[in-house]
Amino acid sequence: MEITKKIQGGDIRAASRLIRNLEDRMPEAKLTIKHLFPLTGRAHVIGITGSPGAGKSTLTDGLIDCFRKKGKTVGVLAVDPTSPFTGGAILGDRIRMQRHAEDPGVFVRSLATRGALGGLAKAVGDAIHVMDVLGEDIIIVETVGTGQQEVDIINHSHTVLVVLVPGMGDEIQAIKAGILEIADIFVVNKADREGSSKLSRELMAMLDMAPPSAFQGGWRPSIMKVENAFQPESFNKALDDICNKIEEHYKHLVDKDLIGSRMRRKATVELNEAIRATILEPVLLKLLGSGRMEELIEKVMKKEIDPYTAAEDIAKRNLEGCL
Amino acid sequence: MSDRKLRVMVAKPGLDGHDRGARVLARCFRDAGYEVIYTGCHQTPEQIVSAAVQEDVDLLGLSCLSGAHRYLYPAVTKLLKDKGADDIMVIGGGIIPEQDFQLLYDAGLKAIFVPGATLDTIVTWINTNVKPRA
Repeated sequence: MEITKKIQGGDIRAASRLIRNLEDRMPEAKLTIKHLFPLTGRAHVIGITGSPGAGKSTLTDGLIDCFRKKGKTVGVLAVDPTSPFTGGAILGDRIRMQRHAEDPGVFVRSLATRGALGGLAKAVGDAIHVMDVLGEDIIIVETVGTGQQEVDIINHSHTVLVVLVPGMGDEIQAIKAGILEIADIFVVNKADREGSSKLSRELMAMLDMAPPSAFQGGWRPSIMKVENAFQPESFNKALDDICNKIEEHYKHLVDKDLIGSRMRRKATVELNEAIRATILEPVLLKLLGSGRMEELIEKVMKKEIDPYTAAEDIAKRNLEGCL
Repeated sequence: MSDRKLRVMVAKPGLDGHDRGARVLARCFRDAGYEVIYTGCHQTPEQIVSAAVQEDVDLLGLSCLSGAHRYLYPAVTKLLKDKGADDIMVIGGGIIPEQDFQLLYDAGLKAIFVPGATLDTIVTWINTNVKPRA
C-alpha cells in the first residue's frame, strides 16, 4: 500500500493524516493499520502521567532534548481533555515543546480524549503503531492530567513515569491503590518547593511496605527529584539522570525477558477493543438507527422489561452465530 | 462510525507577547466544538508551519499585534506552499490597517479579522468556509 510505504519512508504529513483518520475512525484508516501492524514493535514507548500542572509537558520537553543528544529520534503523543459539553478541546501541551518544532528528528502530535476515561485517547494505541513504523526510536506518551485511577497508560508503555509534586495529601494517599502502583520511575517534580522531602519519604515508605512480588523482575521503582525548570544547569542534570534511568529500565525489561509481559497487556487491550468495535458497535448503531434503542430505553424506564432481558434479546437477534 | 472533527491551530508569529486575543479565540473555538492547538507566543514562521503539518490541522489562525504581519503572514503561507501543505487554510487577525488587506489576500490568506470582529462572526465564517477533510 502506498501510504504504508510513505510512512515507512518517514513522511510526517502522511503519518499525521493517518493518525487523524484513526481518531476520526475512518474505515480506510483501519485498513492501513492492518498493513502497518506487522511492522511494529521496534520503538521504546515511555508513558508520562501525573496530575494537571505537575510538569509532564516540561519534563517531556527535557526528555526530548536528552534523547536527541543521544542521537535517537523522538515521537510524542500528548493527550489533553475534550469538553464533555461541546466536544471541543484545547491542546496546549506542545507549547512547552515548540523549541523542537524545526527538528526533523522530533514529531509531536496532540490528541484529545474524546470521551475516553482512562487518561488517554482511544486512538493512542494505533497512533503509537504509526510512530513506530515512521521510525521513531523513542515514543513518549503524555497522558491528560490524571487523578488516582486513570491507569490505561500501562497498557501501552514499556516504561511508566509518574510525576508528582509536593502537597498531595497525607500518608494514606501514598498507600491507596491506583496510579501510585503503576510507576517504574517516580519523578518528584518542583522539588525545590516545601514538602518535597516529605513526599519522597512517603514514597519510599510505600515502596518499603510493598511485597517483593510487586517489583517485576526485581525492579524497585526509582524516586528521582527534579528542581526548578528555570535553573537550566540543575534541571538538565536531573533530566539526564532520568533519561539514563529510563534506558536502564528498558535494559532491565530486555535482560529479564519482561518485554513480552508488557506487550501482552497491550495485545489484550487491543484485541478487546477491536472485538468491541467490530461486534458491539454495529449492533448499537443498528439499534439507534432503527429507533429500537429509544423504545427499549422507554420500556426499561417504565419497568416493562429489565435491562438484562433486553440485552439477551438483542444478543439472540444479532449475534446468534457468535454465541 | 466516523466522526470528523475540525482541527484548528492558533499561532502567534514574531516578537509579540500580547496573547490575550489568541487565548480568547482558542477558548471560543473550543466552545465551538473544534480541537484547538495553541502553540504559545514568539513563534517563527518555520515553527508554526512545522507544527501545523505535524498536527494535521484544517485551519491556521495567525495573530499578530506588533505590525509585523506584512512580513510574517506571507512568510507562513510561503512555507506552507513549499512544504506542499497549502491545503491548510490560513486566516489572520490583529492590528492590521485596511491598506494591507490586499497584500495579505494576495499572499493566500482567506480572511482577516480586525478589532471589532465578534467571536460569532469568526465562528460563523469558519463553519461556512472550512470543512474538515473528506
